[in-house]
Amino acid sequence: MHKLLLLLLICLFAGTSFGKEAAPAAEDPELEKRVTAISEELRCLVCQNQTIADSHAPLAIDLKNQVREKLKAGASNEAIISFMVERYGDFVLYRPPVKATTMLLWFGPFALLAGAFVFLFVVLRRRRTSQIEEVPLDDAERARAKKILESGVQPE
Amino acid sequence: MKARYLAPLGIFMGLLVFLGIGLNLNPREVPSPLIGKPAPAFTLPDLNHPEVAFKHTEMLGKVWVLNVWASWCVACREEHETLLQFSKTGVVPVLGLNYKDERSDGLGWLKQFGNPYQQSLYDHDGLVGIDYGVYGVPETFVIDKRGVIRYKRIGILTPELLRDTIVPLVRELQGNA
Repeated sequence: MHKLLLLLLICLFAGTSFGKEAAPAAEDPELEKRVTAISEELRCLVCQNQTIADSHAPLAIDLKNQVREKLKAGASNEAIISFMVERYGDFVLYRPPVKATTMLLWFGPFALLAGAFVFLFVVLRRRRTSQIEEVPLDDAERARAKKILESGVQPE
Repeated sequence: MKARYLAPLGIFMGLLVFLGIGLNLNPREVPSPLIGKPAPAFTLPDLNHPEVAFKHTEMLGKVWVLNVWASWCVACREEHETLLQFSKTGVVPVLGLNYKDERSDGLGWLKQFGNPYQQSLYDHDGLVGIDYGVYGVPETFVIDKRGVIRYKRIGILTPELLRDTIVPLVRELQGNA
């Protein structure tokens, strides 16, 4: 009887233990959306293959806070991006800008692809001409061929 | 005919050379856009004396070295001996920027390992660090008499680096009026 009562009590209070509602992630979701949008454009320099939006490195968190502060102060997206570039260089941009120094980065792969196509074209053309090329038989070979054809016997 | 079979080997060798170079590059050495620019302005409290404020303009007219460090930074410990030796030579004033640290931790660290700094500035929230583009402690800046950043090192200082690069640069900068 005691056990049953205890069980009843446990069931009764079970609900209260997780009754709290999740707090909203941010005070201002609109602002947070802009922070995330900008953060996704910025590389985390500690973990270089992540954006600062993805990263939990302390520096990434600091930089995100900077972005938030600046947005609150009314800075434009461009102003924030150039603030970061002034300090960390173009490397901080997750999408590198097209410049003289980044030409190879942007267009190198296409140049390689074009080069590969040219190579393939040349090789295929050369192969075709070499296959079609006829090699005439000399007299001895012709005589041997004739002999084989007439005898109807398979050559060894 | 022979060359045809050697070609793939040649291409492979070429690839190996490129990959070898790639492996030996340090991806952390990002060229700093701050070189040749005036050192960002700041006012920070002294690590030892919270009530004393230090302004970057105090060093105008002198060539100086700013070393970013923290008690939580393992690599700082590695370069510490080198830095101690270097600051003892008195070639150039070495200032520390205690980056994102707790004051007591920073002071304890200096007590335990020795203090190479003429003065350490206390950047608790790392905002000055952001202005200086700091992302991998330790970092070292050489700043000239006019307050322009002339050199930045990301990562630890080695005796070779000091001897071959930093000391000659400092001497050259000190020579210029």
